[in-house]
Amino acid sequence: MQNAPVTSTEAHLDRLRGDVAPVNHNARTIAALTGNPGCRRRAVLDAAGVDKKAMSVHIGHPVPFGQSTFAITRGNAFEAQVKANGCAELLTMLRERLGLDIAEVAYNDLEEAGGNGSREVRHALARRMIDGAAAGVEGAGTLFDHPLLGLPIGGRTVYLEPDLIAFQVGAQFHIIEIKSFPVIDGQADGGKVAAAAVQSAVYVLALRRLFEELGHDPQRVSHNVILVCPENFSNRPVATLLDVRRQLTVLKRQLSRLRRVDELLATLDPGLTFDLGVRDGTATRPAGEVVAALGEVEARYSPDCLDMCELSYFCRAEARGTTHALGRTVREELGGIEFVDTALRLAEGRLAPTVELAETAHALRTALRMRTECLS
Amino acid sequence: MTALTALARAIAVREERAQPLTTVRHVHIGARPLVFVPLALAGEANAPLAALVGDDRAAPHLLVVPQPRNRAQRFAFAAELGHLVLDYLRSFTHFREDVPINRGREVRQRFSDAPQLIVPNPAGVAFTRLLGRSTRLRRTDGPYAVDPVVPLLGRWLTFLAERAEHPGSSLMVAMTRALSMHWATGQSSTEDANLAALLGWIAPPEGRSPVEAAADAEDADLWPPAGPATDPTFDNEILSPAIARHERDPRHFDGLRKVLNSQLEPTWHLMWRGIDVLGGLSPGASVAERWADDRDSFTNYVTYLAGDNPLPQARRDSATAAARRLSTMERAQNVYDVQRAMDDPLVMAEYRLGGEAFAGTVTYAAPDRIDASSGRRKLRPQILVHTDDPLRLTPGATVSDRSRPKQKAVIVRVSTLDSGGYEVQLELSGGMGNSLVAPPGSVPAVGERLTYSALDAAFRQPDRFPANEETPWTHGGPPQQYVPTNDDAVEDWS
Ligand code: SF4
Repeated sequence: MQNAPVTSTEAHLDRLRGDVAPVNHNARTIAALTGNPGCRRRAVLDAAGVDKKAMSVHIGHPVPFGQSTFAITRGNAFEAQVKANGCAELLTMLRERLGLDIAEVAYNDLEEAGGNGSREVRHALARRMIDGAAAGVEGAGTLFDHPLLGLPIGGRTVYLEPDLIAFQVGAQFHIIEIKSFPVIDGQADGGKVAAAAVQSAVYVLALRRLFEELGHDPQRVSHNVILVCPENFSNRPVATLLDVRRQLTVLKRQLSRLRRVDELLATLDPGLTFDLGVRDGTATRPAGEVVAALGEVEARYSPDCLDMCELSYFCRAEARGTTHALGRTVREELGGIEFVDTALRLAEGRLAPTVELAETAHALRTALRMRTECLS
Repeated sequence: MTALTALARAIAVREERAQPLTTVRHVHIGARPLVFVPLALAGEANAPLAALVGDDRAAPHLLVVPQPRNRAQRFAFAAELGHLVLDYLRSFTHFREDVPINRGREVRQRFSDAPQLIVPNPAGVAFTRLLGRSTRLRRTDGPYAVDPVVPLLGRWLTFLAERAEHPGSSLMVAMTRALSMHWATGQSSTEDANLAALLGWIAPPEGRSPVEAAADAEDADLWPPAGPATDPTFDNEILSPAIARHERDPRHFDGLRKVLNSQLEPTWHLMWRGIDVLGGLSPGASVAERWADDRDSFTNYVTYLAGDNPLPQARRDSATAAARRLSTMERAQNVYDVQRAMDDPLVMAEYRLGGEAFAGTVTYAAPDRIDASSGRRKLRPQILVHTDDPLRLTPGATVSDRSRPKQKAVIVRVSTLDSGGYEVQLELSGGMGNSLVAPPGSVPAVGERLTYSALDAAFRQPDRFPANEETPWTHGGPPQQYVPTNDDAVEDWS
């Protein structure tokens, strides 16, 4: 699967990360990764499992990402309620509301894996169980709780854990995603649904890949994800089918654009490391060194980073004065010019445009003339 | 985003201060708006946690739900808010004015002023809409009876939240939206969603520069989020223990109130600063006209609620209602866009940049030109206008200038000048009386500066929709009037 010997890549990534345990990817971070596939900095840091949050604190640009205990409590309570009694409530709903033909139910909790919770063991168990179900082995199961799936990202396997997978006898497997945001009169928060759709698409992709590996038809994994949310203002779950075909297309394209880790690593100084020098829980490496190390890997900041990357405040400060920092549309309207100052000097006629920029410069001059005229 | 807005953002970066995007104000700012800053409990479906509300900046009312998961306490909150909001709304129903209709043959009446609800941001509008939804279908008798003010509050909040989406309406305003419409900051629109940061760029607090103020705004200790979402660190470290303490011993109620007030108060002050800043701009010419529409809308809803058995808004629109709403919104958007361009040269400049309008100077005028080609002699003056704008309009296009709205000008020819720019030949009709001699001033004179555009402020004919009872069966047939069911009335709010 990989061209470069795994060991050398692994060793290089370990060196980049330093003497701490790696931070693992999850569906949310993959979604974020594909939200900015052109950013090498993030690709490298995530591949090496660098703790970006700790890093942002250490270099003085902490990003206030956090989850409220109220949200966590409610999310857990809702998931527990949906899964209670072998998902009894959920199954009734799948049959009645979505017309899914789920016959005999066997519920498998794959979270604990018989007490041995290591990732490898859990993944192997999920493989075996799902293989059995896909092959139609009697009693192999209908619902799989928290199976551990794998997905190669930039050449490395990342482990993922969907809430549930349901197996509909006769044909299809569905990813089931349990979210605690409400669906009110058939409508939910657009942003939250969109995020859930991308995350679920990551799971669909991972499950399809597993099918392929096991020699089953990957199309048996449905692109219709089952989203389970509380209905209206109650705790009652309601299921909605969510078609994630579009998200799958985008995701596949973005993942293929993510450079292979080994290619990325080859461009880096072999001595480079993001090690924070953590001793007794405190980072001891001078922050200036860490900042310099970050500077070695090119970033591609946009305001979208603010919602999804722990380094966004740092990268934003670094991008000050660029049109990137103002957002994609502003940058486009300014003719894609890199620096705000350049755009303004072109608009004021204080900078002679190159041939390619002649048209942009003309438009900027016209715009500035009108603006000045209207405000005088 | 347009080139002019992008340019304004670039200038704001360099000047380190917000830059105006308009020359006038396009929203109405009432003399006595009701400011509403709600907070919701994280993770729940629109569970109110606390709110500051009031029309007096010196005396906000603090409402608190001590245990936000408790249904009875939520309804108590809704009732308390309901009394405040309803008192405020009623205070606008004392004075009416006559409006001539039917060419002055009849008059109808409308309230001479209307309420205005101002929330910090679009999420505040969404919260209000859902609070309306969770209260308007309740019953005041039978099991789960609520205070009569609760369903009434629900109807009003629903009404206001709907108006918030109506282009040009100012009955309910989201502060960040109103400010961003009038100023460009040196940050991105993502960061502009933070009220403290946005207002920091426009009107920083004493002793802070705009850039410093925007940086301060990201420190949740200095500037808690403007809601309805709370700061997770506040939830975990302060609110959660405070709720637990109060649960153990109700004497801790004041402590809980204080904690919640600390999260709301900074935003309360920001809201009034925003109102001052917006109020300081002079209103565009058509703001009053749109506010009159808002007053009509308010009057109509008051009348409806006072009628026989008024029903709450349905859970979902019927097919016809949805189509009608969409068409109304589109039309309102059109009118609003045109009015803003007419009121504001800086907005019109967007159309000039796009080539749909041009400004220039009259270089030649033939005010007495007669067209006799069709047999009947008609007064058809012609003028030449020199413009440097990137014109895209072509011969045959009909345009008009704001100063002579009744006069149509048809582009006869456009020639490119060697010196740069264009010379536009225009033929004029209308707005010159009935004789064959144009009255003085009715035809633009040499040297006059004009802005011609193809925008038309005339209202489009309303699309014709079948009345509700005539909805074709293909669209589900006539909708049932929405009568709330028992289930609605006792719906969980947990
Ligand atoms: S914040 Fe920086 S590292 Fe993170 S994705 Fe954006 S540019 Fe890349």
